[in-house]
Order: sequence, then structure tokens, then C-alpha cells
Amino acid sequence: MPEKVLMKGNEALAEAAIQAGCRHFFGYPITPQTELAAYMSKRMPKVGGTYLQAESEVAAINMVLGASAAGIRAMTSSSSPGVSLKSEGISYIAGSDLPAVIINVQRGGPGLGGIQPAQSDYWQATKGGGHGDYHLLVLAPSTVQEMVDLVSDAFDLGDKYRMPAMILADGMLGQMMEPVALPEAGEKKLPEKPWAACGHQGKREHNIINSLYLQPQTLEQKIRDRYERYHLIEENEQRAECYQTEDAELVLVAYGASSRIARSAVNKVREMGKKVGLIRPITLWPFPTKAIQKAAKNAKAFLAVEMSMGQMVDDVKLAVQCQVPVHFYGRTGGMIPTPGEVLGEIEKILGGDR
Amino acid sequence: MGIVFQKPKSITDVPMHYCPGCTHGIIHRLVAEAIDELGIEGRTVGVASVGCSVMSYDYFSCDMVQAPHGRAPAVATGLKRAIPENVVFTYQGDGDLAAIGTAETVHAATRGENITVIFVNNAIYGMTGGQMAPTSLPGQVTQTTPYGRDVKTAGYPVRVCEMLATLDGVALAQRVTVDNVRHIAEAKKAIKKAFENQIEGRGYSIVEVLSTCPTNWGLAPTEALEWLRSNMMPYYPLGVYKDVTKEGAV
Repeated sequence: MPEKVLMKGNEALAEAAIQAGCRHFFGYPITPQTELAAYMSKRMPKVGGTYLQAESEVAAINMVLGASAAGIRAMTSSSSPGVSLKSEGISYIAGSDLPAVIINVQRGGPGLGGIQPAQSDYWQATKGGGHGDYHLLVLAPSTVQEMVDLVSDAFDLGDKYRMPAMILADGMLGQMMEPVALPEAGEKKLPEKPWAACGHQGKREHNIINSLYLQPQTLEQKIRDRYERYHLIEENEQRAECYQTEDAELVLVAYGASSRIARSAVNKVREMGKKVGLIRPITLWPFPTKAIQKAAKNAKAFLAVEMSMGQMVDDVKLAVQCQVPVHFYGRTGGMIPTPGEVLGEIEKILGGDR
Repeated sequence: MGIVFQKPKSITDVPMHYCPGCTHGIIHRLVAEAIDELGIEGRTVGVASVGCSVMSYDYFSCDMVQAPHGRAPAVATGLKRAIPENVVFTYQGDGDLAAIGTAETVHAATRGENITVIFVNNAIYGMTGGQMAPTSLPGQVTQTTPYGRDVKTAGYPVRVCEMLATLDGVALAQRVTVDNVRHIAEAKKAIKKAFENQIEGRGYSIVEVLSTCPTNWGLAPTEALEWLRSNMMPYYPLGVYKDVTKEGAV
């Protein structure tokens, strides 16, 4: 077990990306992901990598597209308004079957919004911020350690399924410091990419990285093939942490920063002898429908807790399929719910107020 | 009898979709000849842009990437930074390079990104059916300037080579055309030089090729060449706007 060090979430994530074999980072300054890019600018030259500050988020994501097309591990990081700008490129990356890692350290929106933590980009991340039929793998860390652990998963899953992967963090996780065990340094064996546009050296036919299919039959088939992969992912890659859900009559569902608050509230009501649990989605796409459905067999109600006006709650409802009521509590715009507020909601539901 | 003329190795057998009289075919050939002569096909990666040349990924036999509209220089930057030994070129039209992709173009140029840019300027959006381009001439009639481009409302055309020549990161900015044999030979030399610059690590090289669009100009191919000579060439003078090899700067 490597020694633990105290690190900010943004910096820990950056170091973990380097350990995962990423040597190319393209970014554009935005709060609250600043430390991530700054860390990359310091570290990349020391490990023979590239840090490039692009002229825009649009350019940065397209640099990722190019580097990824060449067959190497590349990433970019941003925060909400910047991710909107990247959405065009993300659609092209998905449409070209390229892996890539995109970090969203969320802040409040819409528009310029604010710079405090929020979770109001859930729809953008999981329902497609860009145009067309496509998905991203979306991973949601809730601790600095998970910021580290999920980065290599994002690269590995992206390579395996040839699709972009997003780490959906927020300003709280990015800025907070926690003790963290970084992966052991060492050369990571990366997968072969025979499809890459890396120069054919006269040894094979030319590779073409492309998302244009003018024949509708061909385009439909291409998308259907991609969706077969998506179905495999929905079957095999759902991840969630189930906390005290075995006997739970009320199940909270919360991810990322808000799951930390929900957990505190669960601990509090458990002390009061109430049967309340928490499902913490780790993959937001694929959404952990199976864990929700399992809990729905015994639960009398669900409560989604988010730092938004209610986005993930839609997926909870789809999973619960109207079997029991699904409630929602959220704060937004950079406001963070307190455990006390969540506790109040729990008591309202258990007391039959709602 | 020996073979004295044939298709360049770096062009595939896929039939091109370009309209009769369009000069894209000539420009593709010049790019392919340069790649062949330098013996770099195996380590060359091309970036197709959005516009008439979008399907050039099928026509060049090197590895190819199709970029979002205007983003070819950013995609090329990623490709080049990933594998610096490779030779990376973009093939872009005027709408792609000088309108939607202006930021990517200017910044790739000012970074001195070590890539080769082939810029086809035909003063119109061809693929979408003949709208005003950033390089459409004052008074030019297009689908979206039906009374002629009025500079009071639609602004002035962009002279790309002149603009980019002011940037320190640019190694070569040259405007050529392909309206006759002598000009084609000059264009070939410029394109080859733009690739050589990259191999030598000199930075961003752009060759702007004045091109025709008989279909959307509504002219026969020979008339289109004459229109290019009498209208485009006076506004966009041929010539070398920057060449670091001539300044002793390298």
C-alpha cells in the first residue's frame, strides 16, 4: 500500500492521469478546475509529456480529438461553461469512435452562472451535451481518493469501448484536500490501437477517423453498432455503492459531493433507529438501474438529493418505474445542502408529510 | 516504352466527387506529388475539413482524420504533438479556415505549430450551394449576397496570407493559383516547400491556392479561370508573403 499524501482533488486527479499513461493535456483556464491545468503545466514537461494551453475550449477538445486519433491517451479539463463549448468536439469524438477523457469540475449555471460547486450538468453529461445519438461514460467521484481511482478507469473503459469518458466532479471535490494513495509509479502497458491514424508506414491500408456517413442506411447501421456496445456497457459497467440499503424503507440516491451530505444524514437517522439507506451512483452513465431496482423491492420511497433543481432524479424515477414514490431535495447555484436540511426532508417523508 | 505520367501513389483509386472544372483535383494531385517526392506517405497524416473537400479522407492514401468545421488546425495540433515525427497537413477551404476556424488558424500559426496547411480559396461556400464566403469579393453575387456583396453591411474579404504573415510563428505564407501550367508548377513548388519546412521543423506553413468554383459561380470552367484571373488575382495578389528560409532566420 503506497503512503498517503494530502492533496487537492484537482491535483490528485491530474497526477493520477499521468500515472494512467496520459502524456497529453490540452486545456483552457476556468475556475474551479484551475489547479488541475496548473499541475499539468508543471508535471508534463518533467515526464516528457505535452501541456498545451489552447486558445479556447473548442480548440482544446479538438486537440484531444487529434491526439486521441493518433492513438495516444489524451485529456482535457474544464468547468461547466467550458464543457458546453467542448460539446461539439465531444459529439465528434463519440461519432468517430475515439476514446478521450474529459473532466468537468462543475460550477453553477446556466450561462456564466457562478464559481461555487454545483451538480447541474448531469443532463448535459448523461443525456448528451452535443448533437446526435451518443453517450459518454460518466464517472462520479465522491472523495479525492476516488478522483484518483476513477481516472485510470475512465482511460481504460474509454479505450475498451472506444468512446469518450467524463469524470463529473464539482468545485467542492476539486478544491478540497484529503489524504490519498496515488497509484504506484511505473510504465503502464497500454492497449494496442490498430485503428489509429498514426502513419501507416506502408504496412497497411490507410486508416480513416471520421464521423461523416452521407448514406442514411450506413449512418443508421453505424449508430446501431455503437448502441450494441452501449447496451453491453449498460449490462456490465453499472457501478454504485449501496450503504445501509438492505433493510431500508427510505433510500436516498445521491452522487459526488451531495452523497457525502446524504451519508451524514443517513448516519444521523440510523442513530435514531430509522431504516434509511443510501445508493451512491458511481457510474452516472450507465446509470446503476439494477441497484435502484433491487432496493425498490423493499423500499417504501426514494429521495434523490442533488446540487441542482432535480436532474438525476429523472433517472431514479425511470429505474423505480412508479413502484414507489420518488422525492427530491436539492439546492442549486452553488448552494450546498446541509445534513440538517436533508434530515428534515427524511423526517417529512417518514412522517408521512409528503 | 516507359511510363511517363501516372496517378501519384498518394492518391487512392476512389473516384472523386468534385464538379467538372473544379480545381480541387489539381490541388489534390499537387499535394500527393509532394508527398510522393518526399517519400513521406507512410508517416503522413492528413486532416480533412468541412466543405467540398470533406471527403478528401477517401482520396489521399495516407492516414486521414476528418475534423469538425474550422477545427482542422486544432486536430492537426493534437496529431502532431502526439507523434512529432509524423508529417501532418490540413486541407481547408475558405469558409473553414477564414470564417468558422479563424481562431484555430490564427493560434496554430502564432504558436508556430509545425504543420502544413493547404488553403483552397474559391471565394464561395461550395458544398452548401454557393453562399458568401469570408473571401467573397466586394460586389460578388452569391446565394446570400443576391445583390452583390455590399461591404457596408457584409464587410470586407479577408486576405489570409497577408494577415498571417505578420505572425512570428509562421514559416511560410504564400499565395499561388492553378489557372495555367506555369502557375501550377509554382504551386507545386510552394506546396512541396511547405512540407519540407515541417520536416525541417520550421513551423507553420500555409499555401493559399486561388481556386475556381464553376458550379456556384455559374460559369463554364474556362470562363471560371478567366474570372479568377480578372477578379480574384487583383484582390488577392500571388506571391510570397513570408518565407523564413529567405530571411536567414532559421
